[in-house]
Amino acid sequence: MAKKKEMSRLANLTKGFFKENPIFVFLLGMCPALAVTSTMETGLGMGVLVILVLTMSNTVISLIKDLIPAQIKIPAFIVIIATFVTIIEMLTQAFAPALYEALGIFLPLIVVNCLILGRAEAFASKNGPLNSAIDGIGMGLGFTMALMLIGFTREVLATGAVGYGVYLPLGIEGSFINIDSYILAMDVFIGPAGGFIVIGLWLAVFQAFSNRNKRIKADTRKRWIEEKKREAAERKRQKAMKEAGETS
Amino acid sequence: MSITVFFVAIISSMLINNVILMRFLGVCPFLGVSKKTESAVGMSVAVMFVMVIASIVTYLLYYYVLEPNGITYISTIAFILVIASLVQLVEMFIKKVSKKLYKSLGIYLPLITTNCAILGVAETNIASNYATDYGVLQGLFVASTAAFGTALGFGLIIFAFSSIRERLDGANVPEAWKGVPISLVIAGIMALAFLGLGGIV
Repeated sequence: MAKKKEMSRLANLTKGFFKENPIFVFLLGMCPALAVTSTMETGLGMGVLVILVLTMSNTVISLIKDLIPAQIKIPAFIVIIATFVTIIEMLTQAFAPALYEALGIFLPLIVVNCLILGRAEAFASKNGPLNSAIDGIGMGLGFTMALMLIGFTREVLATGAVGYGVYLPLGIEGSFINIDSYILAMDVFIGPAGGFIVIGLWLAVFQAFSNRNKRIKADTRKRWIEEKKREAAERKRQKAMKEAGETS
Repeated sequence: MSITVFFVAIISSMLINNVILMRFLGVCPFLGVSKKTESAVGMSVAVMFVMVIASIVTYLLYYYVLEPNGITYISTIAFILVIASLVQLVEMFIKKVSKKLYKSLGIYLPLITTNCAILGVAETNIASNYATDYGVLQGLFVASTAAFGTALGFGLIIFAFSSIRERLDGANVPEAWKGVPISLVIAGIMALAFLGLGGIV
């Protein structure tokens, strides 16, 4: 849908990847980010479900945004989101029962994922359906990538291997990485404490990068200002010399 | 049914299966309003209020309306609607009864609708099968006790965490770790400490 569009649509799609990443920049949807990322595959499964729900809810909300009175906006949005979540929940139970079991209570809790209501409020209630759908896909992809990154780190640290085909019906089974060394395996990372620590770690990495970018930007600006100042001083001096030459 | 059931329900939902550190529910307000101790206390009181009422109402709704009519599959929609309108009601009620209380709790109430801890507790109450274990009416008491314990656990953690964070403001933290990253690592260490409480009950 979004592939053949001009720059603005592309920017709309990709802004959720890094610049406005829901988890690492806005800290939206932290509960699933902590709870379902003990393996990479559950993170991927959750991400896919969130993409589906977010795209559909964004589209529908932007279609009917003018019909909803301002006072009951939030309840109306929540009911729309809850409807899609229920549909997705039933489909997951039917087609990916292992994922359904693994996600447990966090599947119905997609309803209160701040990311979805946040996008409905901040984007879909102000933009057209197509843009809202693209925004939903982009933000959902950013969310999925963040979950997979966290899940990958935790799974590698906890078990020394990253497997696939356990929870999702992929048709294939195996493992991306298998270090095969249980000396390195740290059980704590599969538990709750590991979730907090790994997310903290990645957030620190992101913060370090954004700090560096800010510093570089500030430096370039400072250098630019100094350059201008020096040029002005040079011009002044030349002018003064010229005047001095004329008078003498 | 003896008093032990209630005791176990409170201890296990407050300390062992702590709502933030073990079950990862309500992490957004945990990070959002834990900068100051005052706002942390306000938030946890508001959450306690709504959580207990919401779990009673959703429990009754499930066993007296949804289940007899065989429409349990819409429970998520029904629950979130109940919670959203309940929050609105509680807000109006507090506004009417006590202006002072409204001033201190008012700003936290709208945030509670999207607090996953509330919906999470409502769903957990149904999933724990209190009704089949103790009977529908007695199960209601256990469920509301568990909800109270959960809210206590939420308050305990958010209060302790806000105190730590206030101290942290004066600490010399590396640039990249400032703010949320170091808080999350602290939360991880707290979660490790809470793992040790696993053997109490």
